[in-house]
Amino acid sequence: MNRLAMTLPGLELKNPIMPASGCFGFGKEYGNLYDLSQLGAIMIKATTEETRYGNPTPRVAETSSGMLNAIGLQNPGLQGVLNNELPWLEKFDVPIIANVAGSETADYVEVAKQISKAPNVQALELNISCPNVKCGGILFGTDPEIAKELTAAVKAVSAVPVYVKLSPNVTDVKAMALAVEAGGADGITMINTLVGMRLDEKTGKPVIANKTGGLSGPAIKPVAIRMVYEVSQVVTIPIIGMGGVTCVQDVVDFMSAGASAVAVGTANFVDPFVCPTIIEQLPARLDELGIDHISELVGRSHRV
Amino acid sequence: MIIQDLMTISSQKEIAQNIFEMKLNGKLVGEITSPGQFVHIRVSDSFEPLLRRPISIAEMNPEKNEMTIIYRAEGRGTSLLSEKREGDVVNVLGPLGNGFPVEETTAGQTAVLIGGGIGVPPLYELSKQLTAKGVNCIHILGFESDQVVFYEEEFAALGETHIATVDGSNGTQGFVTNVMSEIADDFETFYSCGPMPMLDAVQKAYVHKKGFLSFEQRMGCGIGACFACVCHTNENATDQTYVKVCSDGPVFPAGVVQI
Repeated sequence: MNRLAMTLPGLELKNPIMPASGCFGFGKEYGNLYDLSQLGAIMIKATTEETRYGNPTPRVAETSSGMLNAIGLQNPGLQGVLNNELPWLEKFDVPIIANVAGSETADYVEVAKQISKAPNVQALELNISCPNVKCGGILFGTDPEIAKELTAAVKAVSAVPVYVKLSPNVTDVKAMALAVEAGGADGITMINTLVGMRLDEKTGKPVIANKTGGLSGPAIKPVAIRMVYEVSQVVTIPIIGMGGVTCVQDVVDFMSAGASAVAVGTANFVDPFVCPTIIEQLPARLDELGIDHISELVGRSHRV
Repeated sequence: MIIQDLMTISSQKEIAQNIFEMKLNGKLVGEITSPGQFVHIRVSDSFEPLLRRPISIAEMNPEKNEMTIIYRAEGRGTSLLSEKREGDVVNVLGPLGNGFPVEETTAGQTAVLIGGGIGVPPLYELSKQLTAKGVNCIHILGFESDQVVFYEEEFAALGETHIATVDGSNGTQGFVTNVMSEIADDFETFYSCGPMPMLDAVQKAYVHKKGFLSFEQRMGCGIGACFACVCHTNENATDQTYVKVCSDGPVFPAGVVQI
């Protein structure tokens, strides 16, 4: 018995650990360091219809137990990803979750339609929560009605299940979760980064060229846990949880809060081997907790 | 190949004001392929501070599995690094990036190596390798003041060495460009590492020469995955092409990166 296996819509996961979108590129850099087939899945960098060159530099700044970034969805565009990035990943036995971004509904629909047909793409992650782009992203992610309509439009063309990535930058995350579920989402991924800012100690001016950036890292884990806890109680679709995951206990925490799988983001920058390390340590942690199969962790914080 | 190595500190000393020289032992040294490559160091076992620190390799000794890094204790991360002692173990990722192409200068030719402040260290291993193969190296090293000058004697042992300090407390008063204007123009290549305005001045002064510049940019991952450290290139008029300093660089031929 594989004690770590999890089945989610479109995804047969050997284990529930996957690198989060935006923190793993298109896998090549990490593929030079270890066998990517060890991973449960890979959430590749956001893909837009046209090539995007991103924001001016500096794009990152360190904060207390976290970091701000404003990369700006830099990516080679849909055709570049289809021709040059996804085929390289085919040599690994690992499902790919393609993160789809756009400026308007038609962009999302076009990218979803084409990228969902790639042989190794098993699911889409609808990016309606990037805080660092002027158009799209955050607008779709903060209005429940618009999010619902976009989800439905993408579902109508996608050849694979659609997960919607929720933003924490909202007053009521449950309302957003219910909206995308009503729009036909097969699952939810959460959370994306929190909008933040850091000022230069000497000049008093924002450190990041974009002024604001998305806060990630261990600093945001309590926010993410709270949101997964809340959302998992109101939706019936599964959640892939993320936000500040750095170690095996963080995975246990997210699954206990209600996540069925867990993505690792910024921690990849601190330790590029963090994902295989967590996967290796999970069975021993289950033993310590007296748990046979990892699925027993899911949502145990809610149980009476 | 990039590896993550737990390296042991064999020595650590302050060689100028807030400038530290640290020698590290580990198998990572055997993976270094060119001078100008760098390492990404985790300065704390906790997540505070969170990110690794990119630091250039100043010297390597594959026989002893030892490398030297020279860094300025400026922020929280490098200050923590400066508090570590001989025998301590440090988590090091590397070697990262592409270094200076030693093969671009041949025996008997002359190379000018221009460094500014904490951009000076990688030029030391470069000069060692160039001089070892018979290249005549001229060093021009710029610092703020005499208090932060380091490795003057070490560079002088390898070849002609000029120091420039902003306050004139050592060598020529002013910048490296003040020294450059006094150097004969009959050299073949130049190699430079330092702050962006200095690289800009060097590139403009030696536009007719073959040269290589090492760049610095805020980094996330250090291996090319996060797209934090991009620089635009001069490749086309739209300014939309880019390179990643960490994995495409940090060294680029002069003229490639938009300054």
